[in-house]
Amino acid sequence: MKCPHNIVNLMHDYLDGDIKPHDAKILKEHLQQCSACADHFNGLKKTVAFIQHASHLIPPSDFTARVMAKLPKEKKTVRMRRWLQNHPFITAASLFVILTIGSLFTTWNEQEQFSVSTRENVIIRGHTVIVPKGEVVKGDIVVRNGSIKIEGKVEGNVTVIHGEKYLASAGQVTGELEEINQVFEWIWYNIKERMKDVVETFE
Amino acid sequence: MEIFVKKRIKAIKKGDQNAYADIVDLYKDKIYRLCYRMLGNRHEAEDTAQEAFIRAYVNIHTYNPNMKFSSWLYRIATNLAIDKIRKKKPDAYLDEEISGTDGLTMYSQLSSNEASPEEALESLELQETVQKAIEKLPEKYRSVIVLKYIEDLSLQEISEILDLPIGTVKTRIHRGREALRKHLGHL
Ligand SMILES: [Zn+2]
Repeated sequence: MKCPHNIVNLMHDYLDGDIKPHDAKILKEHLQQCSACADHFNGLKKTVAFIQHASHLIPPSDFTARVMAKLPKEKKTVRMRRWLQNHPFITAASLFVILTIGSLFTTWNEQEQFSVSTRENVIIRGHTVIVPKGEVVKGDIVVRNGSIKIEGKVEGNVTVIHGEKYLASAGQVTGELEEINQVFEWIWYNIKERMKDVVETFE
Repeated sequence: MEIFVKKRIKAIKKGDQNAYADIVDLYKDKIYRLCYRMLGNRHEAEDTAQEAFIRAYVNIHTYNPNMKFSSWLYRIATNLAIDKIRKKKPDAYLDEEISGTDGLTMYSQLSSNEASPEEALESLELQETVQKAIEKLPEKYRSVIVLKYIEDLSLQEISEILDLPIGTVKTRIHRGREALRKHLGHL
Protein backbone atom coordinates (compact mmCIF):
# COMPACT_ATOMS: atom_id res chain seq x y z
CA MET A 1 0.00 0.00 0.00
CA LYS A 2 1.15 3.57 -0.62
CA CYS A 3 2.03 5.51 2.52
CA PRO A 4 1.33 9.27 2.69
CA HIS A 5 4.70 11.03 2.17
CA ASN A 6 4.48 12.91 5.48
CA ILE A 7 3.22 10.00 7.59
CA VAL A 8 6.37 9.91 9.79
CA ASN A 9 6.08 13.65 10.44
CA LEU A 10 2.50 13.12 11.53
CA MET A 11 3.66 10.46 13.99
CA HIS A 12 6.08 12.95 15.52
CA ASP A 13 3.49 15.70 15.62
CA TYR A 14 1.28 13.26 17.49
CA LEU A 15 4.09 12.48 19.97
CA ASP A 16 4.72 16.21 20.44
CA GLY A 17 1.07 16.59 21.33
CA ASP A 18 0.34 19.17 18.66
CA ILE A 19 -1.22 17.29 15.76
CA LYS A 20 -4.11 18.92 13.92
CA PRO A 21 -7.44 17.02 14.14
CA HIS A 22 -7.44 16.53 10.37
CA ASP A 23 -3.90 15.07 10.44
CA ALA A 24 -4.78 12.90 13.40
CA LYS A 25 -7.56 11.34 11.35
CA ILE A 26 -5.20 10.64 8.43
CA LEU A 27 -2.66 9.07 10.78
CA LYS A 28 -5.21 6.90 12.55
CA GLU A 29 -6.75 5.60 9.37
CA HIS A 30 -3.39 4.83 7.80
CA LEU A 31 -2.07 3.01 10.86
CA GLN A 32 -5.13 0.74 10.80
CA GLN A 33 -4.35 -0.31 7.26
CA CYS A 34 -0.53 -0.35 7.10
CA SER A 35 1.31 -2.71 9.41
CA ALA A 36 4.76 -1.28 8.50
CA CYS A 37 3.76 2.21 9.65
CA ALA A 38 1.97 0.79 12.70
CA ASP A 39 5.22 -0.96 13.68
CA HIS A 40 7.18 2.22 13.18
CA PHE A 41 4.72 4.16 15.32
CA ASN A 42 4.69 1.55 18.09
CA GLY A 43 8.47 1.54 18.11
CA LEU A 44 8.50 5.31 18.64
CA LYS A 45 5.95 5.13 21.43
CA LYS A 46 7.89 2.35 23.14
CA THR A 47 11.12 4.31 22.82
CA VAL A 48 9.57 7.34 24.48
CA ALA A 49 8.16 5.19 27.28
CA PHE A 50 11.57 3.58 27.93
CA ILE A 51 13.31 6.92 28.15
CA GLN A 52 10.65 8.49 30.31
CA HIS A 53 10.72 5.60 32.74
CA ALA A 54 14.45 5.44 33.13
CA SER A 55 15.18 5.41 36.84
CA HIS A 56 17.19 8.30 38.11
CA LEU A 57 20.40 8.55 39.97
CA ILE A 58 20.66 11.01 42.80
CA PRO A 59 23.81 12.99 43.55
CA PRO A 60 25.97 11.95 46.53
CA SER A 61 24.83 13.39 49.86
CA ASP A 62 27.86 15.67 50.19
CA PHE A 63 27.28 17.24 46.77
CA THR A 64 26.21 20.66 48.06
CA ALA A 65 28.98 20.80 50.64
CA ARG A 66 31.54 20.02 47.95
CA VAL A 67 30.24 22.73 45.64
CA MET A 68 30.29 25.24 48.48
CA ALA A 69 33.86 24.29 49.37
CA LYS A 70 34.98 24.90 45.79
CA LEU A 71 33.49 28.38 45.43
CA PRO A 72 36.00 31.19 45.04
CA LYS A 73 37.31 32.60 48.30
CA GLU A 74 35.50 35.89 47.88
CA LYS A 75 33.62 34.59 50.88
CA LYS A 76 36.34 35.57 53.33
CA THR A 77 36.27 39.29 52.63
CA VAL A 78 32.51 39.30 52.89
CA ARG A 79 32.68 37.36 56.11
CA MET A 80 35.37 39.71 57.40
CA ARG A 81 33.37 42.78 56.54
CA ARG A 82 30.30 41.34 58.22
CA TRP A 83 32.40 40.55 61.27
CA LEU A 84 33.90 44.04 61.39
CA GLN A 85 30.49 45.60 61.10
CA ASN A 86 29.11 43.41 63.87
CA HIS A 87 32.03 44.03 66.24
CA PRO A 88 32.96 47.74 65.94
CA PHE A 89 34.35 47.97 69.45
CA ILE A 90 36.69 44.99 69.14
CA THR A 91 37.78 46.25 65.74
CA ALA A 92 38.60 49.69 67.10
CA ALA A 93 40.31 48.26 70.17
CA SER A 94 42.49 45.86 68.18
CA LEU A 95 43.43 48.61 65.77
CA PHE A 96 44.36 50.76 68.72
CA VAL A 97 46.67 48.03 69.99
CA ILE A 98 48.21 47.53 66.57
CA LEU A 99 48.76 51.21 66.14
CA THR A 100 50.18 51.64 69.63
CA ILE A 101 52.60 48.78 69.17
CA GLY A 102 53.47 50.18 65.80
CA SER A 103 55.38 53.26 64.96
CA LEU A 104 52.77 55.77 66.03
CA PHE A 105 54.73 57.46 68.76
CA THR A 106 57.79 57.73 66.65
CA THR A 107 55.90 59.14 63.70
CA TRP A 108 54.38 61.71 66.01
CA ASN A 109 57.81 62.86 67.04
CA GLU A 110 59.53 62.45 63.71
CA GLN A 111 57.14 64.24 61.43
CA GLU A 112 58.41 67.71 61.99
CA GLN A 113 58.32 68.84 58.42
CA PHE A 114 55.65 71.14 57.20
CA SER A 115 53.28 69.54 54.73
CA VAL A 116 49.89 70.17 53.24
CA SER A 117 47.69 67.71 51.38
CA THR A 118 46.53 70.10 48.66
CA ARG A 119 47.99 73.04 46.78
CA GLU A 120 44.94 73.86 44.78
CA ASN A 121 43.38 77.26 45.38
CA VAL A 122 45.51 77.91 48.44
CA ILE A 123 48.40 80.26 49.19
CA ILE A 124 51.34 79.00 51.21
CA ARG A 125 53.31 81.49 53.21
CA GLY A 126 56.07 79.97 55.29
CA HIS A 127 54.38 77.34 57.43
CA THR A 128 50.94 78.82 57.01
CA VAL A 129 48.35 77.71 54.49
CA ILE A 130 45.88 80.38 53.45
CA VAL A 131 42.53 79.77 51.81
CA PRO A 132 41.99 83.23 50.33
CA LYS A 133 38.73 85.08 50.34
CA GLY A 134 36.53 84.07 47.41
CA GLU A 135 38.39 80.78 46.78
CA VAL A 136 36.77 77.38 47.16
CA VAL A 137 38.82 74.28 48.01
CA LYS A 138 37.07 71.09 47.09
CA GLY A 139 38.02 68.16 49.32
CA ASP A 140 39.79 67.64 52.62
CA ILE A 141 42.86 69.57 53.76
CA VAL A 142 45.44 68.13 56.14
CA VAL A 143 48.18 70.44 57.38
CA ARG A 144 51.11 69.03 59.33
CA ASN A 145 53.47 71.11 61.40
CA GLY A 146 51.90 74.32 60.18
CA SER A 147 48.84 76.46 60.52
CA ILE A 148 45.87 77.24 58.35
CA LYS A 149 43.98 80.47 57.85
CA ILE A 150 40.60 80.10 56.25
CA GLU A 151 39.10 83.19 54.67
CA GLY A 152 37.39 81.43 51.79
CA LYS A 153 35.47 78.17 51.68
CA VAL A 154 36.55 74.54 52.18
CA GLU A 155 34.18 71.89 50.98
CA GLY A 156 35.43 69.09 53.18
CA ASN A 157 37.26 68.46 56.45
CA VAL A 158 40.20 70.48 57.70
CA THR A 159 42.71 68.84 60.02
CA VAL A 160 45.69 70.60 61.51
CA ILE A 161 48.34 68.43 63.09
CA HIS A 162 50.89 70.17 65.27
CA GLY A 163 49.62 73.61 64.39
CA GLU A 164 46.82 76.09 64.70
CA LYS A 165 43.70 76.95 62.80
CA TYR A 166 42.24 80.36 62.21
CA LEU A 167 38.80 80.66 60.78
CA ALA A 168 38.02 84.17 59.58
CA SER A 169 34.49 85.43 60.10
CA ALA A 170 33.81 85.06 56.36
CA GLY A 171 35.59 81.67 56.21
CA GLN A 172 33.62 78.49 55.87
CA VAL A 173 34.32 74.78 56.35
CA THR A 174 31.55 72.40 55.33
CA GLY A 175 33.10 69.41 57.13
CA GLU A 176 34.92 69.11 60.43
CA LEU A 177 37.59 71.53 61.51
CA GLU A 178 40.08 69.82 63.80
CA GLU A 179 43.31 70.66 65.51
CA ILE A 180 45.50 67.87 66.78
CA ASN A 181 48.22 68.78 69.20
CA GLN A 182 48.40 65.87 71.55
CA VAL A 183 49.55 62.30 71.18
CA PHE A 184 46.21 60.89 72.16
CA GLU A 185 44.38 63.00 69.58
CA TRP A 186 46.93 61.90 67.03
CA ILE A 187 46.28 58.26 67.79
CA TRP A 188 42.55 58.76 67.64
CA TYR A 189 42.89 60.56 64.32
CA ASN A 190 44.93 57.64 62.96
CA ILE A 191 42.41 55.10 64.14
CA LYS A 192 39.64 56.95 62.38
CA GLU A 193 41.67 57.24 59.18
CA ARG A 194 42.66 53.58 59.15
CA MET A 195 39.14 52.48 59.98
CA LYS A 196 38.01 54.32 56.87
CA ASP A 197 40.66 52.42 54.86
CA VAL A 198 39.63 49.11 56.37
CA VAL A 199 35.97 49.68 55.60
CA GLU A 200 36.77 50.82 52.05
CA THR A 201 38.99 47.80 51.49
CA PHE A 202 36.16 45.46 52.34
CA GLU A 203 33.52 47.25 50.37
CA MET B 1 9.34 28.97 44.60
CA GLU B 2 10.39 31.63 42.10
CA ILE B 3 10.20 34.19 44.92
CA PHE B 4 12.37 32.00 47.11
CA VAL B 5 14.92 31.74 44.30
CA LYS B 6 14.83 35.48 43.57
CA LYS B 7 15.47 36.32 47.23
CA ARG B 8 18.40 33.96 47.34
CA ILE B 9 19.90 35.41 44.16
CA LYS B 10 19.67 38.92 45.60
CA ALA B 11 21.48 37.78 48.72
CA ILE B 12 24.16 36.01 46.66
CA LYS B 13 24.75 39.13 44.57
CA LYS B 14 25.28 41.05 47.81
CA GLY B 15 27.99 38.55 48.70
CA ASP B 16 26.10 36.16 50.96
CA GLN B 17 27.65 32.92 49.80
CA ASN B 18 25.65 30.80 52.22
CA ALA B 19 22.48 31.64 50.31
CA TYR B 20 23.92 29.72 47.38
CA ALA B 21 23.74 26.43 49.29
CA ASP B 22 19.94 26.67 49.11
CA ILE B 23 20.12 27.09 45.34
CA VAL B 24 22.43 24.08 44.96
CA ASP B 25 20.16 21.95 47.16
CA LEU B 26 17.14 22.95 45.14
CA TYR B 27 18.53 22.10 41.71
CA LYS B 28 21.26 19.51 42.31
CA ASP B 29 19.05 16.49 41.51
CA LYS B 30 17.96 17.88 38.15
CA ILE B 31 21.41 19.07 37.11
CA TYR B 32 23.13 15.87 38.19
CA ARG B 33 20.52 13.76 36.41
CA LEU B 34 20.97 15.79 33.23
CA CYS B 35 24.75 15.43 33.39
CA TYR B 36 24.54 11.71 34.04
CA ARG B 37 22.25 11.10 31.08
CA MET B 38 24.40 13.25 28.83
CA LEU B 39 27.69 11.64 29.88
CA GLY B 40 26.66 8.17 31.08
CA ASN B 41 29.19 8.11 33.88
CA ARG B 42 28.61 8.98 37.53
CA HIS B 43 32.04 10.40 38.17
CA GLU B 44 31.96 12.71 35.18
CA ALA B 45 28.37 13.62 35.94
CA GLU B 46 29.33 14.74 39.41
CA ASP B 47 32.30 16.76 38.19
CA THR B 48 30.28 18.42 35.48
CA ALA B 49 27.32 19.19 37.73
CA GLN B 50 29.64 20.73 40.32
CA GLU B 51 31.38 22.77 37.66
CA ALA B 52 28.02 24.00 36.40
CA PHE B 53 27.06 25.24 39.87
CA ILE B 54 30.42 26.90 40.36
CA ARG B 55 30.14 28.65 36.98
CA ALA B 56 26.66 29.82 37.76
CA TYR B 57 27.89 31.27 41.03
CA VAL B 58 30.87 33.03 39.50
CA ASN B 59 28.73 34.46 36.68
CA ILE B 60 25.67 35.24 38.77
CA HIS B 61 25.89 38.90 37.75
CA THR B 62 25.29 37.96 34.13
CA TYR B 63 22.07 36.10 34.95
CA ASN B 64 19.12 37.79 33.30
CA PRO B 65 16.11 37.57 35.65
CA ASN B 66 13.73 37.48 32.68
CA MET B 67 14.84 33.89 32.19
CA LYS B 68 13.86 31.16 34.61
CA PHE B 69 16.78 30.48 36.87
CA SER B 70 16.47 26.74 36.25
CA SER B 71 16.69 27.36 32.48
CA TRP B 72 19.87 29.33 32.99
CA LEU B 73 21.37 26.51 35.07
CA TYR B 74 20.29 23.92 32.50
CA ARG B 75 21.96 25.99 29.80
CA ILE B 76 25.26 26.11 31.67
CA ALA B 77 25.16 22.39 32.48
CA THR B 78 24.15 21.37 28.94
CA ASN B 79 26.94 23.41 27.39
CA LEU B 80 29.49 21.95 29.78
CA ALA B 81 28.29 18.41 29.10
CA ILE B 82 28.43 18.97 25.33
CA ASP B 83 31.99 20.29 25.70
CA LYS B 84 32.97 17.16 27.61
CA ILE B 85 31.43 14.89 24.99
CA ARG B 86 33.34 16.68 22.23
CA LYS B 87 36.60 16.52 24.13
CA LYS B 88 36.32 12.79 24.75
CA LYS B 89 38.99 11.06 22.74
CA PRO B 90 38.03 7.89 20.93
CA ASP B 91 40.06 5.75 23.35
CA ALA B 92 38.06 7.17 26.21
CA TYR B 93 35.10 5.30 24.78
CA LEU B 94 36.92 2.01 25.44
CA ASP B 95 37.10 2.86 29.15
CA GLU B 96 33.45 3.64 29.03
CA GLU B 97 32.68 0.16 27.75
CA ILE B 98 34.71 -1.44 30.53
CA SER B 99 33.26 0.79 33.22
CA GLY B 100 29.83 0.27 31.74
CA THR B 101 28.81 -1.39 34.98
CA ASP B 102 29.30 1.97 36.65
CA GLY B 103 25.63 2.52 37.31
CA LEU B 104 25.00 -1.13 38.16
CA THR B 105 25.00 -1.00 41.95
CA MET B 106 22.87 2.06 41.76
CA TYR B 107 20.31 0.47 39.51
CA SER B 108 20.10 -2.65 41.63
CA GLN B 109 19.46 -0.46 44.66
CA LEU B 110 16.75 1.38 42.85
CA SER B 111 15.02 -1.73 41.66
CA SER B 112 15.25 -3.56 44.99
CA ASN B 113 11.58 -2.97 45.73
CA GLU B 114 10.53 -4.71 42.55
CA ALA B 115 8.73 -8.01 42.51
CA SER B 116 11.34 -10.61 41.62
CA PRO B 117 15.08 -10.75 40.93
CA GLU B 118 14.35 -11.82 37.37
CA GLU B 119 12.28 -8.75 36.81
CA ALA B 120 14.87 -6.60 38.53
CA LEU B 121 17.58 -7.95 36.26
CA GLU B 122 15.39 -7.45 33.26
CA SER B 123 14.80 -3.87 34.30
CA LEU B 124 18.49 -3.40 35.06
CA GLU B 125 19.46 -4.58 31.60
CA LEU B 126 16.82 -2.37 30.11
CA GLN B 127 18.17 0.63 32.03
CA GLU B 128 21.63 -0.07 30.66
CA THR B 129 20.27 -0.44 27.14
CA VAL B 130 18.38 2.83 27.38
CA GLN B 131 21.44 4.72 28.63
CA LYS B 132 23.64 3.18 25.90
CA ALA B 133 21.11 4.23 23.28
CA ILE B 134 21.11 7.81 24.59
CA GLU B 135 24.89 7.87 24.51
CA LYS B 136 24.92 6.81 20.88
CA LEU B 137 23.04 9.96 19.91
CA PRO B 138 25.10 12.85 18.51
CA GLU B 139 25.21 15.56 21.21
CA LYS B 140 22.81 17.95 19.53
CA TYR B 141 20.07 15.31 19.56
CA ARG B 142 21.14 13.98 22.93
CA SER B 143 20.66 17.31 24.67
CA VAL B 144 17.12 17.88 23.36
CA ILE B 145 16.06 14.30 24.15
CA VAL B 146 17.44 14.49 27.68
CA LEU B 147 15.83 17.89 28.32
CA LYS B 148 12.53 16.70 26.90
CA TYR B 149 12.19 13.19 28.31
CA ILE B 150 14.50 13.04 31.32
CA GLU B 151 13.90 16.56 32.60
CA ASP B 152 10.34 16.67 31.27
CA LEU B 153 10.61 20.23 29.93
CA SER B 154 8.36 21.94 27.41
CA LEU B 155 9.53 22.74 23.87
CA GLN B 156 9.38 26.43 24.86
CA GLU B 157 11.75 25.91 27.78
CA ILE B 158 14.13 23.79 25.72
CA SER B 159 14.21 26.47 23.05
CA GLU B 160 15.11 29.03 25.72
CA ILE B 161 17.77 26.84 27.31
CA LEU B 162 19.50 26.00 24.04
CA ASP B 163 18.80 29.39 22.47
CA LEU B 164 17.33 27.71 19.40
CA PRO B 165 14.06 28.36 17.53
CA ILE B 166 11.25 26.00 18.54
CA GLY B 167 11.18 24.59 15.00
CA THR B 168 14.80 23.50 15.32
CA VAL B 169 14.13 21.94 18.72
CA LYS B 170 11.22 19.99 17.23
CA THR B 171 13.27 18.73 14.29
CA ARG B 172 16.02 17.59 16.63
CA ILE B 173 13.57 15.79 18.88
CA HIS B 174 12.07 14.03 15.85
CA ARG B 175 15.48 12.91 14.62
CA GLY B 176 16.53 11.93 18.12
CA ARG B 177 13.42 9.80 18.54
CA GLU B 178 14.01 8.12 15.18
CA ALA B 179 17.62 7.33 16.08
CA LEU B 180 16.60 5.91 19.46
CA ARG B 181 13.85 3.85 17.89
CA LYS B 182 16.50 1.88 15.99
CA HIS B 183 17.95 0.69 19.32
CA LEU B 184 14.90 0.56 21.54
CA GLY B 185 11.84 0.22 19.30
CA HIS B 186 12.14 -3.52 18.78
CA LEU B 187 12.63 -4.49 22.45
ZN1 LIG C 1 2.32 3.01 5.74
